[in-house]
Amino acid sequence: MPVNLFDLAKTFETRAEDVGLVQGHRLCPGCAAPIVVKFSLMVARKLGYEPVVALATGCLEVSTTIYPYTAWTVPYIHNAFENSAATMSGVETAAKALKKFGKIPQDKKYAFFVFAGDGGTYDIGLQSLSGMIERGHKVIYVLYDNEGYMNTGNQRSGSTPTGSNTTTAPVGKVIPGKVQLKKNIVEIVAGHEYVYAATASISDPNDFFAKIEKALNFDGPSFIAAFSPCVRFWRVPDSAANSISKLAVETKYWPLYEVDRGVYKVTRKPRQFKPLIEFLKPQGRFKPLLSRPDAEEIINELQEYVDRRWERLLILEEATKGKYIR
Amino acid sequence: MLKGWKDIPIGGIIDEPGKSREYKTGTWRVLRPILHEDKCVHCMFCWLYCPDMAIVIDSSGQKPKMVGFNYDYCKGCGLCADVCPTKAIEMRPETEFIEE
Ligand SMILES: Cc1ncc(C[n+]2csc(CCOP(=O)(O)OP(=O)(O)O)c2C)c(N)n1
Ligand code: SF4
Ligand code: SF4
Ligand code: SF4
Ligand SMILES: [Mg+2]
Repeated sequence: MPVNLFDLAKTFETRAEDVGLVQGHRLCPGCAAPIVVKFSLMVARKLGYEPVVALATGCLEVSTTIYPYTAWTVPYIHNAFENSAATMSGVETAAKALKKFGKIPQDKKYAFFVFAGDGGTYDIGLQSLSGMIERGHKVIYVLYDNEGYMNTGNQRSGSTPTGSNTTTAPVGKVIPGKVQLKKNIVEIVAGHEYVYAATASISDPNDFFAKIEKALNFDGPSFIAAFSPCVRFWRVPDSAANSISKLAVETKYWPLYEVDRGVYKVTRKPRQFKPLIEFLKPQGRFKPLLSRPDAEEIINELQEYVDRRWERLLILEEATKGKYIR
Repeated sequence: MLKGWKDIPIGGIIDEPGKSREYKTGTWRVLRPILHEDKCVHCMFCWLYCPDMAIVIDSSGQKPKMVGFNYDYCKGCGLCADVCPTKAIEMRPETEFIEE
């Protein structure tokens, strides 16, 4: 049954019952990361799961757990930058053992969530994530992708898009910002085969909720790549998290799809797309790129790139129809 | 000298979940959201998106209702105003409310 917004609101009156992450956290005004968390935990709770949360080091972790405060009201663990998936693997296994020995009721429904940034996922946490999936832990790993090491002041990561301006790959006269492509993390995760992997965007709550629900119902590991605008370092207004997310989807920059045990499904197919420039232009992180003399050339290249990726997705969807790996 | 690891005193205790509520992020606010009730259709979008759980709703009736803002925590990002389909939320400079 799809999760309904009014139902959600009735369950979680903000002051009465909280979603698991509460007020007083110190993320920047308008940061999308807490919205990603809200969307995920709300669905889990609504469906009768008790969330258990692990975070990787990063903005979300640092800003929600400043000693002697915590913004979490659900069981929470932080270990290090690189091992959130390994940590949650242990928690999930411990819960199984406790159930076996009768220490916690058999029918208790837990939702084990990891929330980790792109640095903690594409780069330093990649092998721990791979291990978690390969061992088959029933954990929902939610990547909040703000496309850079933001907590340490906007350094380039494996997720930073081509042409973006960061402190470690600045746009200059010679080099147009980051020259490499953004890693395709969903493909890397989907390569583990017995896994549910999907992209999500806060600009499409129903699609987001449905994917979390699917992940909760799946009997193995899941991975949700949630687009998560960093209003601070993407240099957009504080109010822009949703509108930028929307543009990302509408320009093919962030296609909404899933790979369920090898079967591709594009979950949203906009009838009309906007040119990529509409996504790039409002963001200050692309401003140095756009003011270079060769900007048009680079933009055309990037446009072709997103077009090709979209076509490839449609082909994969067609080719894998019904062909579950297991 | 401690005899073993069990003798190490436990440190870094946070004695209450959600203790961050003691830290009022509302003091960060530069712009203040104002609700124009006549325009509000109680769609709950603002409530869904607010990154700081600062939208106050009343969910006692059949359908939940938007009531206002929790200015103790609202950071004034303006996202609620941006997602509001009926433009029922207006962002005003905090300086206009200085005497409160
Ligand atoms: C092993 C290790 N290296 C470096 C750091 C410093 N560090 C803390 S947070 C962070 C950036 C995190 O980036 P990301 O995972 O993308 O999360 P974000 O802050 O962008 O939300 C870095 C480099 C660390 N804590 N541990
Ligand atoms: S720096 Fe970016 S990701 Fe970090 S809290 Fe601020 S807006 Fe969010
Ligand atoms: S988004 Fe606008 S119309 Fe909807 S509940 Fe909030 S104020 Fe009312
Ligand atoms: S301005 Fe931002 S923090 Fe304040 S109520 Fe609106 S969305 Fe929430
Ligand atoms: Mg990041």
